[in-house]
Amino acid sequence: MAIECLVLGAGQEVGKSCVVVTINGKKIMFDCGMHMGYVDHRRYPDFSRISKSGDFDNAISCVIITHFHLDHIGALPYFTEVCGYTGPIYMTYPTKALAPLMLDDYRKVMVGRGEEQQFTNDNILNCMKKVTAVDIKQTVQVDKDLQIRAYYAGHVLGAAMFYASVGDAAMVYTGDYNMTPDRHLGAAQIDRLRLDLLITESTYGKTIRDSKYAREREFLKAVHNCVASGGKVLIPTFALGRAQELCILLDDYWERMNLKVPIYFSSGLTIQANLYYKVLISWTSQKVKDTYATRNAFNFKNVQSFERSLIHAPGPCVLFATPGMLSGGFSLEVFKHWAPCEYNLITLPGYCVAGTVGHKLSDKTTKVDVDKDTQIDVRCKIHRLSFSPHTDEKGIMDLVNFLSPKNVILVHGDIINMDHLKGRIESELGIHSYCPLNNETVSFPTTHFVKADASVKFIRSSLTPNFKFGKDEATEMAPVQVCDERVTQGILTMETGQKVKILHQDEVLTMVGAEQTEVEFAYCFPLSLCRLKGHVTDDNSLIRIVSGKISNEVVEFGVPDDMGVIQVNSFRLAVCKNDNCSFRISDGSTVSSDGTFFCCNWSIADKDLAWRVISVMKNMDSSVDSVSVAL
Amino acid sequence: MKFTSLSETGGYNLPPCNIVNLCGFHILFDCPLDLSALTIFSPISTALYENLNEQTFSCSSSASHPKTEKLLDKNNLIPTEPYYKTVERLHLWDVSLIDVVLISSPMGMLGLPFLTRTEGFSAKVYATEVTARLGQLLMEDLVAMHTEYTQFYGPKETGLLQSLNWDELEALPPTLKEVLLGKDGTELGSWLSLYSATDVKECLRKVQSLKYAEEACYNGTLIIKALSSGLEIGSCNWSLKSPKRDVSYISSSVFSSGTAMDFDFHALLGSDVLIYSDFASWNGDTCVESENSSSSSVPVDCSTKSDNAHAWELQDFDESSEEMEKLNFICSCSMNAVKAGGSVLIPIGRLGIILQLLELLALHIESSDIKIPIFIVSSVAEELLAYTTILPEWLCKDRQEKLYSGNPVFAHEELIKEKKIHVFPSLHSHELLMLWQEPCIVVCPHWSLRLGPVVHLLQRWHADPNALLVLEEGVDTDLALSPFKPIAMKVLQCSFVSGLKSEKVPQLLKMLQPKLILLPDYTKPYFNPLNESLSCLFFNENETLSVPNPNKHLEVNIATDLASQLTLSKLKSEELTIARLKGKLFVDQAKHYIVAEKPTMSSKMMPLVHWGTVDLESLVLALEKIGVKGSMEKVKDEDEFGSNVLHVFEPNKGLIQVKETTTVISTEDENLASLISDAVHSLLNGI
Ligand SMILES: [Zn+2]
Ligand SMILES: [Zn+2]
Repeated sequence: MAIECLVLGAGQEVGKSCVVVTINGKKIMFDCGMHMGYVDHRRYPDFSRISKSGDFDNAISCVIITHFHLDHIGALPYFTEVCGYTGPIYMTYPTKALAPLMLDDYRKVMVGRGEEQQFTNDNILNCMKKVTAVDIKQTVQVDKDLQIRAYYAGHVLGAAMFYASVGDAAMVYTGDYNMTPDRHLGAAQIDRLRLDLLITESTYGKTIRDSKYAREREFLKAVHNCVASGGKVLIPTFALGRAQELCILLDDYWERMNLKVPIYFSSGLTIQANLYYKVLISWTSQKVKDTYATRNAFNFKNVQSFERSLIHAPGPCVLFATPGMLSGGFSLEVFKHWAPCEYNLITLPGYCVAGTVGHKLSDKTTKVDVDKDTQIDVRCKIHRLSFSPHTDEKGIMDLVNFLSPKNVILVHGDIINMDHLKGRIESELGIHSYCPLNNETVSFPTTHFVKADASVKFIRSSLTPNFKFGKDEATEMAPVQVCDERVTQGILTMETGQKVKILHQDEVLTMVGAEQTEVEFAYCFPLSLCRLKGHVTDDNSLIRIVSGKISNEVVEFGVPDDMGVIQVNSFRLAVCKNDNCSFRISDGSTVSSDGTFFCCNWSIADKDLAWRVISVMKNMDSSVDSVSVAL
Repeated sequence: MKFTSLSETGGYNLPPCNIVNLCGFHILFDCPLDLSALTIFSPISTALYENLNEQTFSCSSSASHPKTEKLLDKNNLIPTEPYYKTVERLHLWDVSLIDVVLISSPMGMLGLPFLTRTEGFSAKVYATEVTARLGQLLMEDLVAMHTEYTQFYGPKETGLLQSLNWDELEALPPTLKEVLLGKDGTELGSWLSLYSATDVKECLRKVQSLKYAEEACYNGTLIIKALSSGLEIGSCNWSLKSPKRDVSYISSSVFSSGTAMDFDFHALLGSDVLIYSDFASWNGDTCVESENSSSSSVPVDCSTKSDNAHAWELQDFDESSEEMEKLNFICSCSMNAVKAGGSVLIPIGRLGIILQLLELLALHIESSDIKIPIFIVSSVAEELLAYTTILPEWLCKDRQEKLYSGNPVFAHEELIKEKKIHVFPSLHSHELLMLWQEPCIVVCPHWSLRLGPVVHLLQRWHADPNALLVLEEGVDTDLALSPFKPIAMKVLQCSFVSGLKSEKVPQLLKMLQPKLILLPDYTKPYFNPLNESLSCLFFNENETLSVPNPNKHLEVNIATDLASQLTLSKLKSEELTIARLKGKLFVDQAKHYIVAEKPTMSSKMMPLVHWGTVDLESLVLALEKIGVKGSMEKVKDEDEFGSNVLHVFEPNKGLIQVKETTTVISTEDENLASLISDAVHSLLNGI
């Protein structure tokens, strides 16, 4: 029983996320992304490592896509339509609805850049037809053994972490996630699960971010300053995600400040995307959700669509242009025109992948090569928005701690962040962690439970319920956990050719066809309590006094019953009248005829108690005076 | 496991109410209200109407029952603030004993506030997100409409029960009496005055909402899953997994619908017990003859009493695909009425039906040359319609496809924007009066024709022979329409698909392959012949049925670290290996686990049990090995036979008495005692 984890992408890098995990024999591909920084074969995961013959349907049980970002879904149409995978594909409803927009937008950018087209729009639509949409927390039985479940991940609309289990082995692949809510999305949420493996992103594995509020204010101030002095603001984003979040922010600010400067969206795409957001509003944050009936937050009041001719129109404006990261297309075209003017502002929200123009820009940049023939003077201000929809270091540590898996694999980050995180996870949480490179495989054994049939008697014999309440103070991601822990004893039996059984001890005898044989201890001895005897009239009173005396020294000792017998567990003590009692063993030195005999017997479980009582009684015999004093 | 049927289904509006005891937990399935019972009350406006027209109708009340005359209005209805009929037999249960409540549909929720406001109620309530929301809107509308009633009528002075004495009860017309007291005359206690808006709010706070196929774990022991039933958007069947057995519960289901997600049977497959309670569409051609005839008499009755009325019946449509035909038929009837200058009143509360009907009506109007408005009048309509635009995950495939292709999932959003449909909270709203024109089409909640806008509109149109009333079958139409007589408007009664057709049930049950099926007793003639392929158990209403134990062992998962610590010992028969097992047993996610205790087990455990015989010679040998010497003696006591005694004299005095199943060691030397006991045990099998 093992988990084997082949990292095909996002190993010590950000881009083309793709991890193929084999759990107890079932292969799952998590994400099927493309790398935006490459135009050659390196842009796709090396699928040949899954199956040399290209028979992916038999090799893989299912493909799971966490969200619509291209570094997580970009290679999917290629994998299904070109490589020929026809097996099941799972993603959330919003991802299924929005992914085609992202893919087609990127396809157009590629075509626009004069690159060879990797897949057509028809390919995208065909590919999406094969997708099964899932809801958050819905448990999907992929086949008899494999079940998967999505958990809310924040990050972008529809982003999900996925849980997968086969037999007793279970794992979670996070995709990208955010542990703090933003303007339109909630924070990631997951149950406390018993996991063998957690694969988590680590984009900001070495960053602790300050309050979001301050960063939002800074962003609004920068934009306001620019438009107030007549400048133009370019915000290169992808059509979905950041665009909506920043737009909610700006639209709201515009209302409050009564600003009339136009806000544009570069393509109908973003406006179309807003329609999807309206329908899928139940996937946004609670705050946005609650207002749907009165005013849907994605009905932007101040937003218009942008015409190419407006690039050179005078006057201030704010423009959301696709694609993000200035990786080409319209945003790059606008950048070429606006960057040389010092009044303008370029705001870069989110992570820019190495190789893109966005990645090359910084405050000190004066010149930038946009392609091999063109160099642009950069005189405008550059504002890098550090609020990204990814979790920070604290969030990652919280999640790992909350889930406490047996192993952690870090992906989707650079090696400096990963090393730092790996160190903390291993030293602070004591969990093995790994940062494999692309095309490396990591494997470990998985949880396995021995299955046994327990008899009803055994289950009933378990102690009464013993509830324990647990709550995670640090993260508060899951409700209070109640578990019922019982310590139990029983007999495990294995018979050749049969399932392992657990029985109650009484049932074992029936099984082996024997009667229980008891081993007991007995001892009958005299005490010469002559002075004590003077005070009492009968044996019952005598034994009551004796037991009272014993109780002073042996706390668990009981009181005699009506018959003058004291019984504690298996230990029995009584006055013995049988002169021929066979348990009157003596070494012959101290036989006293006027002594009172006490007979006791016990089984092995109570031997310590028995010998303690006997020794106390014998001491009584030799200190009769103190007994009488006590009386 | 125990099963108790508290009330049987009465169609879409009255889902069945059952209690299951599983693993010691009491699970209540649905908590409905019998809305059809509302029909015994007179609607407010007719009471007013009667006052206004006292002279006109003064001769109508005969004087045979003076007391009844006081109690009832001219239509033999009770002119008091309505009471609500809950499930009678639920009142016999101690509410604090209920651990879990599962709500399958919005209709199954209407009685829930009565339960949740009861002192001692502490159960966990589960419903799908959509059922909880739709149920909330439904209850809010009911409370609002009831409040409207009381505002007309003034604050109540005496409740229903106070206003009825025994003589009056006896004097009631038989139909009313049966509704009021139930068939066996015991149900008077089930009538309650309505809960408040606060009760509804408090009730919803106790509901934990679920997605379809989300696993909710109750107390670690039960895994509860809601699975689409296809009946209505968000409505569900249930799958319960417990360590002892897996139980499936099928409430009213529809294989495929034009709005709701399809019936999901995958998770219901292969359960130990299947509770099948979907008899909403039980057509009874095999056994419920009498009920059938009484229901079919209703429309006939209705048409004979109104001069110009036509009644159609749409009872025999079979397939859910034909649902569309029915809706189209309603549309064309509506268009005919409108063309003749009559308005159309559609008091139907079924969301799925209404959403489709709106789309079709708009198409019919579009393709005709008359432009008439559609009004939707309900206190919650606006919110309800807005809500339907944001739940694509809960809809059927076709609707989801619309989402992916970027189209609205339902047409009403556009139609409202285009002002083809107008949505108003009530008939009194100023905007409505401004827009009002007749003929028109009005869609509103039915509330058994006793509360809300439907009352006023029936009042307005009942005498118009061109007008059309579209009713859902199920209520006693004669009684329901009695306050609005004489009725000249046409009445179209439709039965919509409310459950699986009985002829499809055996096929479904065979496919689901349950080990045991629980069915109501009246289906016996139908299912008994199938007993060879299906193992069935039949239940009567309000009878607790003990479901036999599955006779199987419970599966326990033993952690590998614990398993590897076990000391295995082979028994003489070589075939059998046994080991002492000690650990922490717990239930999690409906499975038993045993794991090692945190501090590793004490190195040596006392055996729990010994068996075998002590052979005296072997014992002597074993004792000699450890330096204990003694002499054997055969003793025949009077009371005990065959006891052997071994007298020990070295290293100390002692005695060993060996009997058939007991060995007694006697010595005053503690060390010697344990030496001997070790030697005896070495001769025995122990664990
Ligand atoms: Zn992402
Ligand atoms: Zn990513």
